[in-house]
Amino acid sequence: MSTYITTDDLQLAIDAALTLERPLLIKGEPGTGKTELAIEVARRMGAPLHSWHIKSTTRAQQGLYEYDAVSRLRDSQLGDDKVANIGNYIVKGVLWDAFESEQRAVVLIDEIDKADIEFPNDLLQELDKMSFEVYETRQSISAIKRPLVIITSNNEKELPDAFLRRCFFHYIAFPDRPTMQRIVESHYPEIKHDLLKAAMDVFFDLREVPGLKKKPSTSELLDWLKLLIADDLPAEALGATDIRTVLPRMHGALLKNEQDIHLFERVIFLHKQQNRR
Amino acid sequence: MLLDFHDKLRAAGIPISLTEWLMLMRGMSMGLGTLDIDRFYAFARLALIKNEALYDRFDQVFSLYWTGQTQAFDELIGSLQTPIPSEWLRTLDKDTLSEEQKAQVEAMGGWDKLMETLAKRLEEQTEEHHGGSRWIGTGGTSPFGHGGYNPEGIRIGNGAKRQGKAVKVWEQRQYRDLDGNKQLGTRNFKMALRKLRRLARDGRPDSLDLDTTIRETANKAGLLDIHMRAERQNAIKVLLLIDIGGSMDYHAQVCETLFSAARTEFKRLDTYWFHNFIYEKLWQDNARRHTQTTPTPELLRRFGRDHRLIIVGDATMSPYEIAVPGGSVEHWNEEPGALWLKRLQQAFPHCVWLNPESREWWNNTPSIRMTHELMQKRMYPLSVDGMQEAIDALKVPMSGITLNDQNS
Repeated sequence: MSTYITTDDLQLAIDAALTLERPLLIKGEPGTGKTELAIEVARRMGAPLHSWHIKSTTRAQQGLYEYDAVSRLRDSQLGDDKVANIGNYIVKGVLWDAFESEQRAVVLIDEIDKADIEFPNDLLQELDKMSFEVYETRQSISAIKRPLVIITSNNEKELPDAFLRRCFFHYIAFPDRPTMQRIVESHYPEIKHDLLKAAMDVFFDLREVPGLKKKPSTSELLDWLKLLIADDLPAEALGATDIRTVLPRMHGALLKNEQDIHLFERVIFLHKQQNRR
Repeated sequence: MLLDFHDKLRAAGIPISLTEWLMLMRGMSMGLGTLDIDRFYAFARLALIKNEALYDRFDQVFSLYWTGQTQAFDELIGSLQTPIPSEWLRTLDKDTLSEEQKAQVEAMGGWDKLMETLAKRLEEQTEEHHGGSRWIGTGGTSPFGHGGYNPEGIRIGNGAKRQGKAVKVWEQRQYRDLDGNKQLGTRNFKMALRKLRRLARDGRPDSLDLDTTIRETANKAGLLDIHMRAERQNAIKVLLLIDIGGSMDYHAQVCETLFSAARTEFKRLDTYWFHNFIYEKLWQDNARRHTQTTPTPELLRRFGRDHRLIIVGDATMSPYEIAVPGGSVEHWNEEPGALWLKRLQQAFPHCVWLNPESREWWNNTPSIRMTHELMQKRMYPLSVDGMQEAIDALKVPMSGITLNDQNS
């Protein structure tokens, strides 16, 4: 059974991207399962997944191919016969692999906003035509089956308009309570009902606390529940009656930085003071 | 057919290109989003909107356009000659009003008159959507405030009853918070700042210099001789001085945007803060501005002439603060601010002043005029266009700076 819950909107987005063969750009709060989506889509389609995780130093060219000049130089010293053919030193990139796939592949370009500001523009042509030229060998590579390209972004940089025009765009909203319940239940089918309810109360209340630096997200909730289940805590132990009275158990899984915990402690403190008066 | 919808979206300030519109059309001809209006909504948003900040605006236009049009939609979008209002108003039935309200309607000049006003109001609202004004009904503002109607009484545009379904997604406006209406994204600034780049090889040699290696290897009759060189990097050095506090509070947002754009764009960026005008000391940490300051002369010594100096400030103050010793509002300055500015200009001839105040106001404020003169007209508005001009100006050093008015 699958543990990934898609909404209708998201389903449609994937259908559209498949039908019209356009890249699908996914944005959303951290921890809403942007990367998971590609993995899940590939799994359901039974298609090979090619992931390309972007770093600040990643260049567009690396997704296509790289020419390994150093190896060739070294081989030339050793008198290796391979040297004659430059093709032996072309290292295929993620997109090349995906283009060569007989079966329709899924390409994940993860966190595209991490790269240099020009990065998306450098890929325009390749994603549009699904083909590119290998300069060193004068080869032209084009996709046998146009792969489904899923791109995720965390909004660290804005993407260029020309790039956006060519994509479908879907914003994964933070799941509402019923959806969240389904997500949790798919992960932990055996969870006790009252524990789940208490935990959800705490979780959604916590997200309401103003001024948190990093609001806890789905993945944090899942981690936290895992801890709670492992300890086999009863629902009452969460002190879920009012979030403002006590720091929830194992809060470390939900609040990931000092300032947030401080802030939260202050909220509790203020609340207690108010009650005393 | 749907062109009217397209125009409405564009009129609301949503940038839609032809490519995207054609993508929507092609998708629909292939059966995407034609099942029912919910699917259509989802697909149209997917294809047309590329920024979650625009979701809310899209929701508004969509609901304005499609409410009451469900039948029309069911006839598959073909028969959409009548745009909303008339259809819209039909949902507004006289029967829903109480006797008392009817009397008020009469007082306002009758039903038709009222509808006319409403229709007019509606049209105005479509146009003003960028302003974020809420549309009648769900936004909670009644169009007939003085008429005394309860907005609940005449709920317009909420198709809930008719479709026997809860409120539509686009009527919930759950993406309202995301619409910041920010035009000056960091991207625009970064693109402008890029022009200032000067790539140079500097630092640790860590990439293979292929050409030299081949040449040297050939020279050594085939014996491999590897040569490395440093990666090309942006070698430009920027000194950023930002005015903070007082009248600058209004411009805090735009300054922040510039600051974050600059910080990611330049590896060598030094930022100092000042208040109103530059005097003998500046500071780097606003929290400790009174204890940890940097004397301006030290700045002049420490940074080389090749630094580009960018001063950000609204230059809005009393002229005394610029021209007279002791003019500063915060402390007794031995020498006038104008002199300090000149010293800076002499030390860093590549300099500009960016002013977040819009250009039209410059002539009305004596201190801005003065600063503009002092900067030899090298003051530019802190906007994307102004930035472009400023970057161009930064390429040319300032000339003819004399300190001879030191004793004046």
